[in-house]
Amino acid sequence: MVLLTLLAAITIGIIRMRNLFAVVVLGGIYSFLMASVMIVLDAVDVAMTEAAVGAGISTVLMLGVLHLTKTQESKPKHTPLLPLFVAVATGAALVFGTFDLPPFGLADTPVNLHVAPYYLENSLRETLVANVVSSVLASYRGFDTLGETAVIFTAGIAVLLLLKGKRKLKPGPKRRRIGR
Amino acid sequence: MDLLYQIVAHYNHWITIFLMVSGLYIVVSRGNMVKKLVGLGLFQTSVYLLYLTPGKILGGTPPVLSPDFSVYSNPLPHVLILTAIVVGVATLALGLALVVRINEEFGTIEEDEIFAGDEDE
Amino acid sequence: MRLDVIFRVGAKILLPIMLLFALYVQFHGDFGPGGGFQAGVMSAAMVIFYAIIFGLETAQKVFPPRLAEIMVPAGVGIFAGVGVIGMLLGENYLNYSPLADDPAHGQEYGILLVEFGVLVTVSGTMVAIFYCFMGRGR
Repeated sequence: MVLLTLLAAITIGIIRMRNLFAVVVLGGIYSFLMASVMIVLDAVDVAMTEAAVGAGISTVLMLGVLHLTKTQESKPKHTPLLPLFVAVATGAALVFGTFDLPPFGLADTPVNLHVAPYYLENSLRETLVANVVSSVLASYRGFDTLGETAVIFTAGIAVLLLLKGKRKLKPGPKRRRIGR
Repeated sequence: MDLLYQIVAHYNHWITIFLMVSGLYIVVSRGNMVKKLVGLGLFQTSVYLLYLTPGKILGGTPPVLSPDFSVYSNPLPHVLILTAIVVGVATLALGLALVVRINEEFGTIEEDEIFAGDEDE
Repeated sequence: MRLDVIFRVGAKILLPIMLLFALYVQFHGDFGPGGGFQAGVMSAAMVIFYAIIFGLETAQKVFPPRLAEIMVPAGVGIFAGVGVIGMLLGENYLNYSPLADDPAHGQEYGILLVEFGVLVTVSGTMVAIFYCFMGRGR
């Protein structure tokens, strides 16, 4: 609970900060906190990934982009009232919905009675793999993971296509400098 | 007493909703594209929390089978979110690549300034 | 910063440990937390760390961008190829049971191979993306 409250506090910080450098560093802290929350929620594999990906790779990528662009966000021109209203209305509707959800941590909710017991009972016998997350990831739901790998492949190819070419330096009509 | 019960039972859900809504707010209200991507990241992490919360069983252990334990948390959300995180960073990289190209083309990453530059012509 | 002795020596001590830990996470994924996704990200983080400390050119000598770009499709190929092998041996696509005499052992080998494919794609993609962003800066 303390960790979750800290997460909310950092989110408020991210909203209010106008220095993008600070926002990115706060994002790293946020990822580490999220990884701690995941450990508390028993998702150790996910926590490991979140700590390596969220706090490591994406922070480095964001800092690289800030190095290429600028680090200060300009003041928003529009009044934030309409987005605030939309956000609060959505949030209120969702909170109203939570009262029908099963409370936290029970074992006999529909989520935990569907296919998960099958995986937990049969993983060791059918695949000799003790880590159920691994066996479900690669074996029971291998097709799913193949799709995810293909998505990563596609995203990587797209980034290579966008950024690999040599930068054109001739100042054409489309190349404008605004706001400097 | 009832209120206290509701708070304990749904605190995770409420924080999830708060994170989701603030991500939405950042994406809608801020014009800076890097900030928008951070907001999308917030939205995304809130979904991780939404998936992992119902899989937790009080008194359970992480789903690594061992003869010493009998209660395990639900492994299925872990699998889904594990792949979602890595896919998330790949798509984040794609968004950042687009931001870099926009900055090279227009010299700014603020939405308003790009629109203003379009109207000047 | 590239001439800073402390960073260079510290990095030299840390890098082999990081690589070893990535491999441990990869191959111990059957019995503890870990697997292809985590190990791929960690090994990519190792290359990125090396590039930050020793400079992009040095890192590209150790780990050429060409290799990273080959790794991106190669991992998907390994993953899909394991599925096709299962199909050729008379089972459904992505069923690893016929890879060994015993179906359970076949599943275990299949999981190891597939995780290796995931490792190759993830680490290749992350390093290629990082090289792209850093190569843009100058």
